[in-house]
Amino acid sequence: MSARVGVVVFPGTNCEHDTVSAFERAGATATLVWHTEERLGGLDAVVLPGGFAHGDYLRPGAIARFSPVMDAVARFAAAGGPVLGICNGFQVLTESGLLPGALVKNRGLRFLCAPSRVRVTSVSSVLTCGLAPGTELGIPVNHFSGSYFCDDRTLAELRDANRVVLRYVENPNGSIDDIAGITNAEGNVVGLMPHPERASDVLLGSADGLPLLRALVAAAADVHAA
Amino acid sequence: MRFAARVEVLLRPGIADPEGATIERALPALGFHDVHQVRAGRSFRFEVDAADELTARRRAEDLARQLLANPVIEDSELVLTVQAPAGEPS
Amino acid sequence: MSSPDAGEPQPAPQLEPQPLPLHRALGLTDEELGRIVEILAREPNQLELALYGVMWSEHCSYKSSRRHLRRLPTTGDRVLVGPGENAGVIDAGDGIAVAIRIESHNHPSAIEPHQGAATGVGGILRDVFTMGARPLAVMDPLFFGPPDDARQRWLVEGVVAGISSYGNSVGVPTVGGELTFDPCYAGNPLVNVLCLGALPVDRLVLARATGAGNLAVLLGATTGRDGIGGVSVLASAGFSGGDDAKRPNVQVGDPFEEKRLIEACLALLDAGLVVGIQDLGGAGLACGTSELAARGGVGLDVDVLAVPRREPGMAPWEVMTSESQERMLAIVVPEAWPAVDALCRRWDVRASVIGTVTDDGSGVLPEATGHGDVGGSSSGRLRIFDGDAVVGDVPARSLADGAPVYDRPLREPADLASKRADDPTASEERGDCGVELRTMLLDPSWVYRQYDHQLFLNTVAGPGGDAALLRLAGPGLPPSDRGVAVTTDSAPRWCAIDPRAGVALVLAEAVANLACVGASPVAVVNCLNFGNPEHPEVMWQLSETVDGLAAACRAFGIPVIGGNVSLYNESTGSDILPTPVLGVLGLVERLRHRPPPVAVAEGASVVLLGCRRGPGDLPRPLGGSRWAVECRGRRHGELPPLDYGAHERVTGFVGSLVAEAVGGGAGAADGVAGQDLLDGVHDVSGGGLAVALAEMAVTGDIGVRVEGIDGHQELFTELPSRLLATTRYPDELCARAKEAGVPAEVIGVGGGDRFVVEELVDLPMHQLARSWVRSLADRLEPV
Repeated sequence: MSARVGVVVFPGTNCEHDTVSAFERAGATATLVWHTEERLGGLDAVVLPGGFAHGDYLRPGAIARFSPVMDAVARFAAAGGPVLGICNGFQVLTESGLLPGALVKNRGLRFLCAPSRVRVTSVSSVLTCGLAPGTELGIPVNHFSGSYFCDDRTLAELRDANRVVLRYVENPNGSIDDIAGITNAEGNVVGLMPHPERASDVLLGSADGLPLLRALVAAAADVHAA
Repeated sequence: MRFAARVEVLLRPGIADPEGATIERALPALGFHDVHQVRAGRSFRFEVDAADELTARRRAEDLARQLLANPVIEDSELVLTVQAPAGEPS
Repeated sequence: MSSPDAGEPQPAPQLEPQPLPLHRALGLTDEELGRIVEILAREPNQLELALYGVMWSEHCSYKSSRRHLRRLPTTGDRVLVGPGENAGVIDAGDGIAVAIRIESHNHPSAIEPHQGAATGVGGILRDVFTMGARPLAVMDPLFFGPPDDARQRWLVEGVVAGISSYGNSVGVPTVGGELTFDPCYAGNPLVNVLCLGALPVDRLVLARATGAGNLAVLLGATTGRDGIGGVSVLASAGFSGGDDAKRPNVQVGDPFEEKRLIEACLALLDAGLVVGIQDLGGAGLACGTSELAARGGVGLDVDVLAVPRREPGMAPWEVMTSESQERMLAIVVPEAWPAVDALCRRWDVRASVIGTVTDDGSGVLPEATGHGDVGGSSSGRLRIFDGDAVVGDVPARSLADGAPVYDRPLREPADLASKRADDPTASEERGDCGVELRTMLLDPSWVYRQYDHQLFLNTVAGPGGDAALLRLAGPGLPPSDRGVAVTTDSAPRWCAIDPRAGVALVLAEAVANLACVGASPVAVVNCLNFGNPEHPEVMWQLSETVDGLAAACRAFGIPVIGGNVSLYNESTGSDILPTPVLGVLGLVERLRHRPPPVAVAEGASVVLLGCRRGPGDLPRPLGGSRWAVECRGRRHGELPPLDYGAHERVTGFVGSLVAEAVGGGAGAADGVAGQDLLDGVHDVSGGGLAVALAEMAVTGDIGVRVEGIDGHQELFTELPSRLLATTRYPDELCARAKEAGVPAEVIGVGGGDRFVVEELVDLPMHQLARSWVRSLADRLEPV
């Protein structure tokens, strides 16, 4: 049986179906998880997809982190389960303290939907495990508040512990240190602003996101086997 | 007692504020050569029922810290005034 | 004529007849009031007058244009729902239907560009999911004055940000559009918005109330005073200053509410819990209740006290005409109400029973053009209650369909002949064609990068190309290999010269755009943006446009399945250029590969397909061309002729080649397979060969060398029915073209780092690329 990936749906989430179909392409069995669920029910990995949870009102992710499902996600993460936040999901992870730092408005003060290139800068995470360090991938971005920020001490920690998993080749939003994605100290919680599910089919322009999704599915399969 | 609270949330000093900077860049063209240090933030208003001002202040500050501001990037400032005795329409 | 600007009715909802001239303040003429008295057999009260005022406005009733619109062809094999419903629907095959609709939000956007554009997006989405379709794509044709002053830049920034913030957040990708600058729009910008959705054929629902005793359920946002009188005031009045006074009427959009409303409504329809549903847009509950009842041939009792409100002290007429956004009105059988309520709670969508369907609709009404009997006592009545008290009682159909149909006077402009004689074709080239070409380049990515154009993983060809090409897929749809293509096109500079011929050329261009992504056209929707219909020349433009569009649709065999008319687009007494905007839907049988890009490839031959000369004395006409208008300020002359047969041959040829490429089939039995034959393809339209070649060179990031172009006339003419293809197999391509009866000639080759049209243009690519990339950004963000 293939790894079971749960894709969390908050009111206002809009990439849930895309994320499900991309993970199925990557070999997983993917299902939607409503935000009021208090248990994850035997999932092998959890994904917080892109969108505008609660309309992005207040701050992106600020209200979603109070949904019941987030307690379950925190427990799952603490137990070593693979957790991935894409775009709005990354924002929810930083707001809820599962990842450090914050996502602030883009340097250009405009929404940006555009192709981007990222480089794999650490393979010590469930998203990048097994990829060659330095690999460049074409994965689109789609955000207004996508500029990663953290204080100097946190940045030093991230760098020293090799926790910056993806960096932009050309920084599109003013992110500190060109950061596109980071992981927690254990490597099982990852957030990134680019949308790997939008790069899962050459018909749509790129399949460069699939290796990332497959890495997560492999990590989920390990959980499943354990 | 009912207290009126106003919480102002601003980006912490040192954090890039592109909105404030953009507004400031536009000012000379409008003749405001004498205006500096523009910062953009947001303001929240709400009412708190509490026995006394200290309690009201603590509740409002908790709300500001837990929800309204993200301490990683933002500071908040509270202004509290007595609105009316509890239960009366304001 | 009365002035709809004059004010709003005072809140005094008594049943006593009100003294005149309140009806005039509401935009009704004395004759229209007379007809209302005839229908009711008494004087209307203030609430009733307000209902007629909004429902009989130009915006809701199409009273000036309806007579003309009847001349459009609206039927076809694939048409499931034609004009008159919330959206047109076609059968796309594989059990999937496609719904499409286009609308204007011009006047609201002129007052508050961000909210005006945002609520325009919200409204068009509701029109589409009202049909049971999930909205899958939005397109936005936008028209502004030249962005060289602060106000125009404020309008452009605001409109684009409004579309971006609403569309992205609500979760519907914006996959294309158009951006046109012309001084005529400086005081009255146009914001048109098109939405395309898809549904399983069996989920199709129509906006009808049926079944006496069924409940009318209001879904979504609370009702406030926003947009009160907006239909009459915003849609029927031109702008002559004093915008500030109208600002309180502007509606504010909430995409998060709309997102939950979409999910809740589609879930309700999937579960079969509603028998009819209607969105509340212009004219709010007045429109929603009367249209649901009129279409179903039933009556409706509505209690305004049951409507959840955002503001205290609202009068019944305010509740009934409020244009608060993100609301729907559903008809539900009583037994289903608990399930409806539960489902709405899951999505945190407010649901309130506000009324009941009353009679069975035995009263069949005559065509609503005559006097008197529009809504005799036997027909369905719309009764408004304020708690127990009846505060309004009118025949529903008299509101929805009873507006008078005007045959406004029309007159050909007196100077038509002299303007046509003032043709720019013979004017000499002076100076360098390269300089003029550079001023015509415009990269729209400053706009579309602010739009999410990829959501749903359907966007195979997005904004910036000839047409958007999408996989026909979405949550809840049966699996399909098909693709759907859509393009919006307009050319006010052509329509200003000759509205009849101009709109036909616009449709021809749309057909060519679809061919570039391998799609065959199946349906047209139109948004007819015109000036003041009380000007006979404007009515002539409208009438000519309808005739031109009707003829072109018949010639191409494409039905019109929906439309919108926006009149009174004028400022300080000047009408805009006639601006019909066409949205054309195309289908691709099998979509497995990406279509050839709008690009030149290294070493590829550039082939011009189609006839290089028109008939008659002006084989390379420049009348109405961007070159004449933008480079020479010459807006008159003759338009190039359109040969429907030749056009269909060349677009059919290119369309079938691209379809072969995207379908990835076996290809030609012998020779080069479809997917290898074309490296790039682009239609020749605004700016002529010069702009088409430059766009292909810039996108391909490669130089090009073209020869044998006959002077600036051939370089810049917008003669229709020509496409450019790049190929590594020019002999094969030309041979296949010849078989298809399509003229084809190799005119150049891709390569190097210069853009060269021998004897006419010689520019380094980096200069051309810079003009392209910076043209818009530099104007919108001056240092």
